[in-house]
Amino acid sequence: MGRRLSSRLVVNHLATALCGAMVLVALIPLLSLLWLVVSKGVGGLSLGFFIHRPVPVGEAGGGVGPAIVGTFTMVGMACVVALPIGVGTGVYLAEHGARPFARGVRFLAEVLSGVPSIVLGVVAYAMLVVPMKRFSALAGAVALSLVMIPPLARSTEEFVRLVPPSLREASLALGVPAWRTSLKVVLRTALGGIATAALLAVARGAGETAPLLFTALNNQYWSLRPDQPMASLTVQIYNYAISPYESWHEQAWSAALVLLLLVGLLNLGARLALRDRVGGRR
Amino acid sequence: MNDAGARNARTKLNVEHLQAWYGNHLALKDVSLAIPERSVYAIIGPSGCGKSTFIRCLNRMHELLPGARTEGRLVIDGEDLMKVNPVQLRRRVGMVFQRPNPFPTMSIADNVLAGMKLNGVGVDDAEVRIEKALVQAALWDEVKDRLGASPMSLSGGQQQRLCIARALAVEPEVLLMDEPASALDPIATSRIEDLIHDLKQDYTIVIVTHNMQQAGRTSDFTAFFYLGELVEAGATAQIFESPREQRTEDYVTGKFG
Repeated sequence: MGRRLSSRLVVNHLATALCGAMVLVALIPLLSLLWLVVSKGVGGLSLGFFIHRPVPVGEAGGGVGPAIVGTFTMVGMACVVALPIGVGTGVYLAEHGARPFARGVRFLAEVLSGVPSIVLGVVAYAMLVVPMKRFSALAGAVALSLVMIPPLARSTEEFVRLVPPSLREASLALGVPAWRTSLKVVLRTALGGIATAALLAVARGAGETAPLLFTALNNQYWSLRPDQPMASLTVQIYNYAISPYESWHEQAWSAALVLLLLVGLLNLGARLALRDRVGGRR
Repeated sequence: MNDAGARNARTKLNVEHLQAWYGNHLALKDVSLAIPERSVYAIIGPSGCGKSTFIRCLNRMHELLPGARTEGRLVIDGEDLMKVNPVQLRRRVGMVFQRPNPFPTMSIADNVLAGMKLNGVGVDDAEVRIEKALVQAALWDEVKDRLGASPMSLSGGQQQRLCIARALAVEPEVLLMDEPASALDPIATSRIEDLIHDLKQDYTIVIVTHNMQQAGRTSDFTAFFYLGELVEAGATAQIFESPREQRTEDYVTGKFG
């Protein structure tokens, strides 16, 4: 008995140590990435970097002002398309998930979640850029919405499913019709979770480069026109990073840090909102 | 029936030849029962005997389950409820569930008024209604200073009384209770039982319970269900002291169940 117990303890400690070591291994690239971006990017940050437009090589100064505005604009436009479709699909999947059609939709959403985002960029290119014969912010926004919809639908479904069936019953038993119950009890209870899912989708959209490369392209100037090319942080980082100029490389690091901060803050906000939500349920 | 209450009572809810299915499974077999007005009717029986199915037929919640259906007549004050819109019926026949299920996104006050608010019906005398329902549910003194608080800050027993207040606020005629105290501790249970005793002055109450002491303490009449059949029904004292059926006697004396 004693021997068996001690061998179990040894195995237990070994397994725990192994898991801990794997966590450390997983953390190394993550932390080194963070360190690299912060250490290389923080030097180039200044107020001007946030509010100025890019300048040609050799000139001092220059910033990512249009890119920040462009990222917000295109993600905002993508939200207008993606939020109603994604949330609506998620609610449908949660309420009628057993139907064959719903199962097909869920399968498609899962497949689309796994499609490389550059493929979605090609789709937007074929759908909008080719017929319009120009790169445009609109095409970029459509590509981003294609990236955002599938995960949004799936996470909305999960949050709606988390609403206890007993609440639906309580409402029905009070003589509230089914459609009002879905809207005012089920959706309202899941609202915090859906808002979190939306924030995470926004963060995802803001961090995408590939769907924008040949849809929105890039723009060195201030532009808010949806039918014209538009700058974005991710594409600007890409362009600067592959350029041969040292000063652009430095600006790419700083822009990467700005993007990291934006996406990080969005994620943090979403998780804080979710934590409050779960805390309130207890 | 030799109970004094039984002689005087008029029938509020008459169940005639009720059958209920889950898919192909017949869960309730030809049940007929007359439920007298302003009384407490206890439904007892072992797990799976159909007692919860029975009570969920009375406000037609049973037929909401996929594949479930019912047959028979449910007559309340001479009107067949199987022929009216179930949404209308549920405003006349309220229900309290096994586990407290207040709406977590609404305040305590809004939970009481949920039956009106969720239906988009304006409430002119909101404060009066809230106080009346909470007083009826014996919860007013404990929550009157925090009506705007979340119901999740209440204890389980308080939440269950809030659910009772919520059911009472729509002014139903019949109140169904599906093991309303089974998730509660003994003190909260005894408060609910006292409450049931008070509520029968105004309401007709049908309560499902697996606790025979509770049936004995709270009810005027008792019906014993077994394997989807109504075995025996009558005054509670008669069912417990001199049952006509052997199966009833075996169950109430604890030989099985």
